Amino acid sequence: MGTDEQDIARDLRARTQTLLDEHDPASSDPPQFLAARFDAGLAWVHFPRGCGGLDLPRSFQSQVESDLAAAGAPPGGGGRNGIGMGMAAPTIAAFGTAEQQRKFLRPLFTGEHIYCQLFSEPGAGSDLAGVATRAVRDGDDWIVNGQKVWTSGAQNAQMAILVARTDPTVPKHQGLTYFVCDMTVGGVDVRPLRQITGEAEFNEVFLTDVRVPDANRLGPEGGGWKVATTTLNNERVAIGSMAGITRETGMIGKVAQAWRAEPQLRNPAMHDELMQLWVEAEVARLTGLRLRQRLTAGQPGPEGAGMKVTFARLAQAISGFEIELHPESGLRYDDWTMRQPDVVDFTGREPGYRYLRARGNSIEGGTSEILHNTIAERILGLPPEHRVDKELAWKDLDR
Amino acid sequence: MSDLLYSDTEEALRDSVRRLFADRCPPESVMRAYDPAPHDFSDVWHALAADLGMTGLLVPEDLGGAGASAREAAVVMEEIGRAVAPVPFLSSAVLATVALLQAAGTEAAETVKGLAAGSLTAALAVPLSTAPDDAVAGVAVSGSASGLTGRVTSVAGASDADVLVVPVTGPDGLELHTVSRDAAGVDVSPVLTLDMTRPLANVEFSSAASSRVGDARAEDALRAALETGAALLASEQLGIAQWCLDTTLAYAKQRKQFGRAIGSYQAIKHRLADLWIEVNSAAAAARYAADTCARRDDDARIGAAVAQAYCSGAAVHAAEECVQLHGGIGMTWEYPAHLYLKRAKSDQLAFGTPYRHRARLADLVDLPVS
Repeated sequence: MGTDEQDIARDLRARTQTLLDEHDPASSDPPQFLAARFDAGLAWVHFPRGCGGLDLPRSFQSQVESDLAAAGAPPGGGGRNGIGMGMAAPTIAAFGTAEQQRKFLRPLFTGEHIYCQLFSEPGAGSDLAGVATRAVRDGDDWIVNGQKVWTSGAQNAQMAILVARTDPTVPKHQGLTYFVCDMTVGGVDVRPLRQITGEAEFNEVFLTDVRVPDANRLGPEGGGWKVATTTLNNERVAIGSMAGITRETGMIGKVAQAWRAEPQLRNPAMHDELMQLWVEAEVARLTGLRLRQRLTAGQPGPEGAGMKVTFARLAQAISGFEIELHPESGLRYDDWTMRQPDVVDFTGREPGYRYLRARGNSIEGGTSEILHNTIAERILGLPPEHRVDKELAWKDLDR
Repeated sequence: MSDLLYSDTEEALRDSVRRLFADRCPPESVMRAYDPAPHDFSDVWHALAADLGMTGLLVPEDLGGAGASAREAAVVMEEIGRAVAPVPFLSSAVLATVALLQAAGTEAAETVKGLAAGSLTAALAVPLSTAPDDAVAGVAVSGSASGLTGRVTSVAGASDADVLVVPVTGPDGLELHTVSRDAAGVDVSPVLTLDMTRPLANVEFSSAASSRVGDARAEDALRAALETGAALLASEQLGIAQWCLDTTLAYAKQRKQFGRAIGSYQAIKHRLADLWIEVNSAAAAARYAADTCARRDDDARIGAAVAQAYCSGAAVHAAEECVQLHGGIGMTWEYPAHLYLKRAKSDQLAFGTPYRHRARLADLVDLPVS
C-alpha cells in the first residue's frame, strides 16, 4: 500500500468512526443509521459524492464494510435488498443521470425501497434479449404490458428494474429499453410461484397498462441491452461471491461441522471426497478474493460468470454429499409449508432443503450452459453461436 | 490480507524470464531432452542463474542474494512451467538453497553465495516424491573418518549439481551435510524418466567425504525446504496449465472442420470455458501459497497443501485437454503438447500426490478420517 492509499485508508477509518460516534448502531433505527451512512459517503465509497460515495477506488469499500460490520452496524439495504444492492445500485450508478442517482440510491440503501428484477419472461429465459413485454410511449410516460417470471421478492418490492421492448421493428437487442418501475402503482399483479423446495421465493408478475414515467428510463431508448448486461454481470459477481469471504463459510462449513461433531458419520471412503470438496470450496473462496482484488475500479466484466458457475457446481456437489453423509436424517425434510421467504437462507435449514434449493443455482442468473458460452465468447474470444435471429426484426422472429 | 495479484516488479521479472526462455529454449529445443544422448541446457541455466540473477531470489542480501521472496520465485516457476524449461531452478535455487539457509550453518555461507551468484548448482538429496512431512531416511554416517554411505533414488537435479545437500542420520537425529558431486565415493546415475525435462538420478555414496552444515537437528530445515518446494511447484503447475489453455485456445480458433472453426462448437468451447475457470482458480491457489510462504504466515502450510491438492490436477487436466482438443496432432512427437503432459503428470507426484496433500490437510484443518 502506497502513502496515498494509507492516507485514504486513514481518512476512511476516521469517517467511519465519526459515523459510529454520532449514530450508535445499538440504539439507532437501522434505516436512520443507513441514511446517515449514505450521507457520509460510506454507502459505496466508489460512487460519486452526494450519491452515497466519495469517488474513491472500489477497493476501499471492503475496509468500510468490515469496520462497520464489526461495530454491529446494519447491512446496507437493510439486509433484505439483495437485488437492490447487488444489481440495481451499480446499474443506476453506471447509467443513471445525476437526478436519477439522487432520487433512487438513498432509499435503496436505507431499505425503504426494496427492489426486484423484471427481466425473464415465459418466452425469454436464456434468450433474455427476446423479451416480449411492450412499453409504448404516451406523453411523458410509457405504458407497459406483459408478463414477467422468476421474480424473487416481488411481493415485498417497492421498485423494480425492468427490461421492456420499445421497438419491435428492429433486431431484438436494439429494441429494448431499461426502466426503474414503481411496483406499487396500478396494473402490477404479483402471484407467487411455488418451487421444488415447497416455498415460493419467486413470483409471476403480470403488468397491465402500468404507467412508468420517462424520467425513470435508465440509458437511452433502445439502449436497454447494454444496461441489462451491466446488471447481469453484477448479478453473477453477487451470486459468485456467495462462495464466502472467510474459510468454511456456507455449505462446506455445515458439512465440516457435522464431520467434526458427529464421529459416527465418518467413513474412510467419504473422507477423500470431503477433502476434495473442502479444497474446491477453499480455492473458490480464494478465486473470489482474487477477483475482488482485480475489480478495484469500474464495472465487473463477464469474469463473474466463472465464479457463478463454480459456486453452482460446488453448492450442488456439497449439498448432495451432505445428504449422503446423514444416512438416516437425510431421508427427512424440515418443512414443506408454502411460504414466501424474504431471503434465501441456505444454512438456516436442513440438508434436504439445501440439496433441492441448490439445483436452482445453475439455472438462476444465467444457466451454467449459457455462462459457458459467455466465457467462451466474451473472455476467450471464441466464435459465437450460429444465430438466425441477430439480423431479423424482432416482430418477424419465429417465437 | 493476502495480495493474490502480481506487483509491477513481479511482472517485470516475469518479462525478462519469459524473454530468456523464448529466446534460449523454445519447444523444439526442449524436445531434445528426449534425445538418446540428452542435450546440454547449461547455457540456459547459466543465463537464468548468473545473467538474470534468479538463483539469488531467496537468498538474503548479506549472502549475495536479492533478498526477495517466494512471491518472486513463484513467478519464475510459472515461467518455467510455461516453457517446460529444463533448468534445475526448483532443485537448486529453491530446495537446496532453502535447506542450507534454514540449517543456518556458517559452514555453508560460501556455498550459498555461490548458489546466489550462479557459479554453483546444488541438489537436495531426497526423492522428488517426498512430501513435506514424510520421515526422511538419511544416509548413514559411518564414523567420523569414513564419510557417508547409502543410496538415495530419484533425486531431481543431481546430475547438474556441483554440490549435493544430503540428509544424514546422525546419532542425535537428522543432520544436513554437503558433499561435492566430484568427491570420491559419489556416484550419480541418471535414470530414464517420464519427464526428461526435469532429470532424476540415483545417488550412491560409499564412504564419501562430507561437511556437516549447522549443528542443530535438520528436520525443520528439510521440512521448510520441502514446504517451500510444494508451495512453489503450484506456480509451475499454473504456468503449465496456462500454456496449455492458451495454445489449445489458439488452435481451436484456427482449426476448421465442417466449414467452421472447431472452437465455435459447444462441445469444444464449453470445455475451454471450464478449463479457463480451472486455470483461474489455480492462479488464486498458487498465489495464495506463494504469498503465505513469502510472509511466513501461519496459514502457509494449509496454503501449500491446498495449492498442491488443486494445481496438480489442474495442470494434468489442462495438458490432457491440450492433447485431446488438438486431435491427432496432439499425439505426435513433433508437437510440444506431450512435453507439458509429461511434466504435468510428473509434477503431480512431486512432493506428494494430491491424495497425500488432502490427507495432510485433513490433519491441518481438523477433519480426521475416523
